[in-house]
Amino acid sequence: MSLLRQPMLWLILGAMALFAGLPGFGGDVALREGLFLTAIAIILASNLNLMIGYTGYVNFGNIVFFGLGGYFGVWLTTMHGWPLVPAAIVAAILVSTIALFFGLGILRLRGSYFTLATIGINEAVRALVSNIDAWGGSTGMYLSVSVYQPLGGPRQALWIVYFLVIGIMGASLFLSWFIRRSKFGLGLFAIREDEDAASVLGVHPALYKSVIYSVSGFLPAMAGALFFFKNGVIQPDQAFDLTMSTEAIVMLMLGGQGSVTGAAVGAFLYDQLRSTLLTSSMFSQFQLVIAGILLLLIVLFVPGGLIGWIGERWPRLRRVLE
Amino acid sequence: MFGVIASMVDGLLLGAVYGLAAIGLTLIWGVMNIINLTHGALIALGMFGVYFLTARVGGSPYVALLPVAVLGFVAGLAIYGLSVHRVIARPPLMSLLSTFAVNMVIIGAGTAFWSTSIYNLPFSVPGITWQGFTFTGAHMLAAAVAVVVAGALYLFMRHTRLGKAIRAVANNRQAAELMGIPSGRILAVAFALGVALAAVAGGLIATLFPFTVLSGSGYQLKSFVVTVLGGLGNPAGALVGGLLLGLIEGGVTPFIAVSWTPVIEFVLFVLILIAFPKGLFARGAAR
Repeated sequence: MSLLRQPMLWLILGAMALFAGLPGFGGDVALREGLFLTAIAIILASNLNLMIGYTGYVNFGNIVFFGLGGYFGVWLTTMHGWPLVPAAIVAAILVSTIALFFGLGILRLRGSYFTLATIGINEAVRALVSNIDAWGGSTGMYLSVSVYQPLGGPRQALWIVYFLVIGIMGASLFLSWFIRRSKFGLGLFAIREDEDAASVLGVHPALYKSVIYSVSGFLPAMAGALFFFKNGVIQPDQAFDLTMSTEAIVMLMLGGQGSVTGAAVGAFLYDQLRSTLLTSSMFSQFQLVIAGILLLLIVLFVPGGLIGWIGERWPRLRRVLE
Repeated sequence: MFGVIASMVDGLLLGAVYGLAAIGLTLIWGVMNIINLTHGALIALGMFGVYFLTARVGGSPYVALLPVAVLGFVAGLAIYGLSVHRVIARPPLMSLLSTFAVNMVIIGAGTAFWSTSIYNLPFSVPGITWQGFTFTGAHMLAAAVAVVVAGALYLFMRHTRLGKAIRAVANNRQAAELMGIPSGRILAVAFALGVALAAVAGGLIATLFPFTVLSGSGYQLKSFVVTVLGGLGNPAGALVGGLLLGLIEGGVTPFIAVSWTPVIEFVLFVLILIAFPKGLFARGAAR
């Protein structure tokens, strides 16, 4: 079985080509902006999947990685004049290191206790960042137009950031896929099914959980750095918005937790739905209501999500849609 | 020095209200091991309930708390039937998501109807001024109501058949069922009671501070902190936890900028959760 004969490889590469090519060839800026948000959603959902879907730990405060990555990235590019790519990479390394320490503490908790702790961490970081004067406190940091000069001016910079985000989206999907097929991933699945049994069988739960918690923060942190670089402003309430955290969970449920394609398809569908509802004159007011009803219906009647449902109806497709 | 004490006393008064808000959350957790994420939305609905009853019908906001409690109870029964009953025995993710879904619906509808602008109860209670410090009348009354409601809940849980049945189901659902207690109905009642308490607490908070549809989520976070201080699932602990939180808030306010209070609160929250997951007042080993 060579890598080249895996359908998943071609699915991921195809998705990346479509995302990059569709707006890239026509120079369609509106389409690019839409797909940019979709790509961010896919990054958040598939990295969250590593925690919720693979390990069975519900991280409600996952947006803290994205927000902190954004803060580190903006801080390095504006205050220290770093180029964008090294700034994003260093931001992600910092966030992953911090996550490793957080993880060692809070991953001793299980079930709902862990979930509460993740909410607490997000709120603690948000409150702390609002008090850091070097980061602009509660008003945040604004980027001046001059930071876009090294990338060839604002207009070209937006395209470069877009292609970088598509790259991170692809990396997220490959990461999910490789972990899913690895021995490490098998250990995570064992923890999800029964943590005590897993530890008897030679899986080291504390180590596995801390590593996956830290890994699941790396790419979202990079995405955060790019997102807020493009955004031009970063504020605590926007960077650590619990609503975005929970939206990522909704996407995961919609597509199917535990599956690589599930996370991506869920994120794509949810994002399309959100933009359709927001722009429709009839439903724009009731976007949250409709999303809520949808979530409730999924939880009660289709807990496996779209991919889980497809897998049940056509078992052969399970080999393709991992 | 007196300023610090006055600030702490005011903190205690607010703390009693925080405690009442958290009792609803912790009661539901204690009985069915579910974190009710509609809590914040119901606090917000309680605020608007009291607002519309006093603004449209007239009368004192404290009288309006009674119909708000009844409406909250009915809403609780509906939420239980819709989103909680089917997920009780399933992994925590499911109940978190199903209650969060209802939360989205309520907040979404509330935002559509009332927008996110700030509302304020047009009413005032004379305060007491002593040595240059004013203890607001609304704060004292709210604390008194909170303590009375919490006390009534305590008596209800201790001395009525229904209260005893709720405690029995919380303790061991199967054993309670074997003793002839209809545990399904008891769970519904316990959930509705928790929701009604959230609504009443919301109504009380509306008498203290201006509010919006989205205010509930902030008080929900505070309720989490309080519950963890007092021990998840322990209603009496929640009241003590609330008083403790109020005391901390009041105690640090004279010394540091207000924006640092949430930092202290949430760092404390995470640390206590890690070190004492059963709460500060748990008897025996916290394991």
